[in-house]
Amino acid sequence: MTAVIAELWPYLVLVLLGYLPNEIWRVLGLVLARGINEDSEIVIWARAVATATLAGVIAKLIVFSPGALLSIPLPVRVTAVVCGFIAFLAVKRSVFIGVAVGEATLLLGGFLFAH
Amino acid sequence: MPAAGPFNSTAAAFLGGVKSALTSVFFLVLAGTYTGIGALAHDFGLGALWLALSTVLVWAGPAQVILVSALGTGAAPIEVAIAVSLSGIRLFPMVVALLPTLRGQGTRPRDLLLPTHFTSASMWVESMRLLPTIPRERRIAFCNGMSAGFMGTAMSAGFLGYYLAAELPPLFAGALLFLTPMSFLVSTARNARTLMDKVALVLGLVVGTVLTASHIQLDLLWTGVGGGTLAYIIHRVREAAA
Repeated sequence: MTAVIAELWPYLVLVLLGYLPNEIWRVLGLVLARGINEDSEIVIWARAVATATLAGVIAKLIVFSPGALLSIPLPVRVTAVVCGFIAFLAVKRSVFIGVAVGEATLLLGGFLFAH
Repeated sequence: MPAAGPFNSTAAAFLGGVKSALTSVFFLVLAGTYTGIGALAHDFGLGALWLALSTVLVWAGPAQVILVSALGTGAAPIEVAIAVSLSGIRLFPMVVALLPTLRGQGTRPRDLLLPTHFTSASMWVESMRLLPTIPRERRIAFCNGMSAGFMGTAMSAGFLGYYLAAELPPLFAGALLFLTPMSFLVSTARNARTLMDKVALVLGLVVGTVLTASHIQLDLLWTGVGGGTLAYIIHRVREAAA
């Protein structure tokens, strides 16, 4: 019995601490979106809030980077994001080019300055 | 990108969605990101199967990174749940903006359950870009196909990263985790066609950086609601003036 619990424990943790706290926002969105049409003001506002929140996530991942990314110094991470964005604007607004240039800058900077 | 439709059947729309996922730039981004998350899960001592299940259930890169690192470092359960939940707030306005675009005449409420769960940044960005080119009655199938393609990619890459972890130099592992913010930034910028979207993006970056750096509680919530509402007000004022 205890062995079974020990084996299932990580999955219970996944549901309680990962799935439910995250999924609640999707379900709330489903409830709120009921009966709203796509041109309504609340949907336009929701799009603005979603875009700004996503931008906030980007900022947070750069400033407080997770895991191995933290070993690359902050100035390198910021420079890489800026270079990637400039390349995206310069080359036909290509997402691929933006990501590729950002990654190349990060690897080069990380190679030279990583602690 | 040309229009992906018109599809003659639901199955054709679903397959069209899978194909659009596998040819999207997010295919590479998700493959790279989840290789990084797989390596992270390995380093923190979580199982490969556990990681695959977390991809199916949580289906949000930043939340999974938080979950894996927090569990691996032995953070308090309530702290983990709160951190995951705060990172998930962005999904709420995404679902609200997406579902009305998916819904058609004959859509039953339960048809929306799967797209709701599938909603994540990559799927949302690509849906908002591609769905307008697809006949309304095929949108849900297309969207489910695309999401299945993205999720399958992420799960496969998670396994790959998990088993490659020992071979992965730290600099490379860091570069994989950098894919998320870098690709979110340029793809959101590409989708920002109206002034409101552009203002929301810039305000979110600025306010997000300031609030995160000053360790404000609920920083993402304030960034989204504050920055987004300000961008919306600017859009309304300009419309009224026009």
